[in-house]
Amino acid sequence: MISFARTDTSIVGRWWWTVDRWTLLAVALLIAIGALLTLAASPAVAERLQLQSQHFVLRQAVFLPMAIAVIFVISLMSPRGVRRVSVVGFAISLLLVVATLFLGPEIKGATRWLQIASLSIQPSEFVKPCFAVVAAWMLAEQRRREGMTGGLICCALFALVVGLLIMQPDFGMTAVVAVVWFGQCFIAGLPMIWIAALAGLGLIGAILAYALIPHVASRIDRFLDPASGDSYQIDRAMDAFGQGGFLGRGPGEGMVKRVLPDAHTDFVFSVAGEEFGLIPCLIIIALFGFITLRGFARLLREEDFFVLLATAGLLTQFGLQAVINIGVNLNLLPTKGMTLPFISYGGSSMLALALAMGMVLSLTRRRPNLGGLP
Amino acid sequence: MIQTDLPVKARDIEAEIGSDSGILLVGSKAQAIRIGRIRLLTVALVFAISFVVLAGRLIELTVIREPSPSLAFMSASPTKYTAGRADIVDRNGILLATNLLTASLYADARVVPDAPEAARRLVTVLPELSPSAVQERLASGRSFVWLKRNLTPSQQAAVNGLGIPGLYFRDEQRRLYPQGALDSHVLGFTDVDGNGIAGVEKYFDQEMRDRGPQGRALQLSLDVRVQHALRDELMAAMVRFRAVGAAGVVLNADTGEVLALASLPDFDPNHPTAAPALARFNRATKGVYELGSVFKVLTVAMALDSGATKLRGGYNATEPIRVARFTIRDSHAKKRWLSVPEILIYSSNIGAAKMALDVGRDGQHKYLERFGLLSQASLELPEVGMPIVPARWGEISTMTVAYGHGLAVSPVQFATAFAATVNGGVLLPATLIKRKPGARALGVQVIRAQTSNQLRRLLRAVVEKGTGRKAEAPGYLVGGKTGTAEKAGVGGYLRNALISSFVAAFPMTAPKYVLYLLLDEPQGDEETHGYATAGWTAAPLTGRVVSRIAPILGVRPVDDGGALIQRAMALPLASMQGRGQDVAVN
Repeated sequence: MISFARTDTSIVGRWWWTVDRWTLLAVALLIAIGALLTLAASPAVAERLQLQSQHFVLRQAVFLPMAIAVIFVISLMSPRGVRRVSVVGFAISLLLVVATLFLGPEIKGATRWLQIASLSIQPSEFVKPCFAVVAAWMLAEQRRREGMTGGLICCALFALVVGLLIMQPDFGMTAVVAVVWFGQCFIAGLPMIWIAALAGLGLIGAILAYALIPHVASRIDRFLDPASGDSYQIDRAMDAFGQGGFLGRGPGEGMVKRVLPDAHTDFVFSVAGEEFGLIPCLIIIALFGFITLRGFARLLREEDFFVLLATAGLLTQFGLQAVINIGVNLNLLPTKGMTLPFISYGGSSMLALALAMGMVLSLTRRRPNLGGLP
Repeated sequence: MIQTDLPVKARDIEAEIGSDSGILLVGSKAQAIRIGRIRLLTVALVFAISFVVLAGRLIELTVIREPSPSLAFMSASPTKYTAGRADIVDRNGILLATNLLTASLYADARVVPDAPEAARRLVTVLPELSPSAVQERLASGRSFVWLKRNLTPSQQAAVNGLGIPGLYFRDEQRRLYPQGALDSHVLGFTDVDGNGIAGVEKYFDQEMRDRGPQGRALQLSLDVRVQHALRDELMAAMVRFRAVGAAGVVLNADTGEVLALASLPDFDPNHPTAAPALARFNRATKGVYELGSVFKVLTVAMALDSGATKLRGGYNATEPIRVARFTIRDSHAKKRWLSVPEILIYSSNIGAAKMALDVGRDGQHKYLERFGLLSQASLELPEVGMPIVPARWGEISTMTVAYGHGLAVSPVQFATAFAATVNGGVLLPATLIKRKPGARALGVQVIRAQTSNQLRRLLRAVVEKGTGRKAEAPGYLVGGKTGTAEKAGVGGYLRNALISSFVAAFPMTAPKYVLYLLLDEPQGDEETHGYATAGWTAAPLTGRVVSRIAPILGVRPVDDGGALIQRAMALPLASMQGRGQDVAVN
């Protein structure tokens, strides 16, 4: 490992001594496991799609260094820098989301992507972390200054984001953004009566989605009663864990990756279960749990309200995505397209998560306590 | 929480002092942070529980729960394998053809990184492959090229050990014939893709696919024990008499079931292409031959049955018959009047020809048609020969056909017709499929039962007294007839290229089994005084086969000289002057 003297006062030197190195290590491990699983799962998918077998591997090989660079650069920033990046990023990505409604090609019934040169990006992925930070700022401002309308602005922005996501439509993303925002409001000290009201609103939203959107209803029905429809994907995923057992079938010996369309993205955890067995999967869960809970533990000592809310939002998003993805793989939740952070294949998702994790690392750096941001 | 409360407050106040914002916010900010921390803990707790639940569920799915069987279709379990062919067994259930699950090696040439290197290494473990051919295939850029079919497990392991990317295995069912060449002409064989291309494998191709490898086996009428004895003796005779080929059929006289059918040379159906193409020619069913004197049995049968002559009747065989440019003479010439039994016993061509003239051209044609000798036999094989019938069937043809020339039929076809002459006159189409008892009802009465009874005694006399003496198998009451025919060549018959055959049934008191054995171009030796005729070659062969198969088939030997037997086999053997006297033969 590179070592820096305690007295090293260069930017990198200070970064090294103030950043949470345990979280850094855990993220590095996740990225390494993700690279390994992309090698394992994606060639089979690529071959089925009549692509060159290393198609996804090569793309991921381009995104991975970019992601690592993003984590590093963002984590070098001060909380104020993070806030600025977020505000700018939020504005740009929101504009791009609007653009997808007009320019994006329709893929599987939704317009979520923008084609830029040979890369396709999903701007809504970047909205998630940026909005979490912006919302945290607004909520913190509300607390800080009497008469600030941060809360109101926060609610308006939330409505805007949710509205745009529903227009795409992308209900999974909507749900994540809503839960994260709700969590932030909760931590920000919203009175319990309001919490109850928001929860009720969320429930109504969910019921509306079930009642009005056929494919949402179908997925939930199939989860509650597998016999009611085709449960092919989830059955294969269940089989994969069963076949994997304690030790796994062995690297490259998996079958599920040959039959599941999303083996390299949403169902990569099943591939891991089949090929590598119980222990590596437990390690993956442990790494997600460690990053999330260690982040929360550090926040307990946090004095700055903005930092607390922003980090909590980012960690909630990170942890929630992991829980939902693994929960779907293990048939604990209805099928929902959700990437497993740093492990699933996917450029936009990877870069957006890198951005979020960079922010978390930056915000959780030890700072001389100067009473928060001005 | 309580522990951290105080220092936090202290620091908050410090911060407030350092900052120039209003003191009013101290309380509210500290409170907000405290509420925030409690709620933060709540969220963290929810996450902690979620991750623990996930881990628990993972352990349940991977280790605790039994793997569901629904993935079984993905593993190479032979019980789930549906494509393939049914087994073939003999009448006693002995396995004749089955399947072996093997791995076949193919390549996705697009994936193989270095074709010359891959080919070089592959040939080190599969030396039978040609390096240049393998390299060409690996460099073809095609997504699927076969490299080698049906590898042994150790070969498969060796190829896997090379670790060459782009090489894959496909499970295949290789057809396996555990009895080797024993039943090759009946079974036929399949190509490398499991398509039947000869024998019953071809005839029942669709049927066996439909049943599948786990389905009911195809049960043939063959008995491998009889088959083995037959093939063994045929082979010995073929070697001894330096014949170019040999064929033999054993039928159940009452059901038409083929118990054994051999044609030599034969081949190993596991490696059909290793043998010369000639070895795949089935002399017993596909080959049609002018069979010679064995036909006299049919001539006598139709003459007696139609009333053209009687057992006590006879014909003058003093002089050869001269018709047009042909001369019909006897090879065992007695140069005297011969009774009907004598005509058969001494195999008189002159007698048979005259007898056939009495039956008449139309009568002969009608009887031969009933015996099934003028049309293709209905055996369950693709390789069934078409008889060659005289183009103009006039008086000469009538006479020559009477002793088996001018009409070419397949051995199995002749054996089927012969069975009808001894089993009570019922023609049962020969079959390779095991029949249920009571199959006799399928047959057609072609001659009267009484005629058949007379023929039994006549045929027994041929073996006891006539040209077929060497066919005797003591105790089994063999009856039969020799047949020596010159093969037709360019410009006439070839004196030294004979078809020597013997048709027989046993036991003659109530024949249960019929056999017909044939040697293609046998050569005489010292022991036969240079003779290659049926009496010296096919007849002794028949005797040996009968004495081997009769015990297998459960035929009890009897005392040949016993009074009951003698009476049953009694025959009016007329004298030279036509003074009839009933004598027990011998």
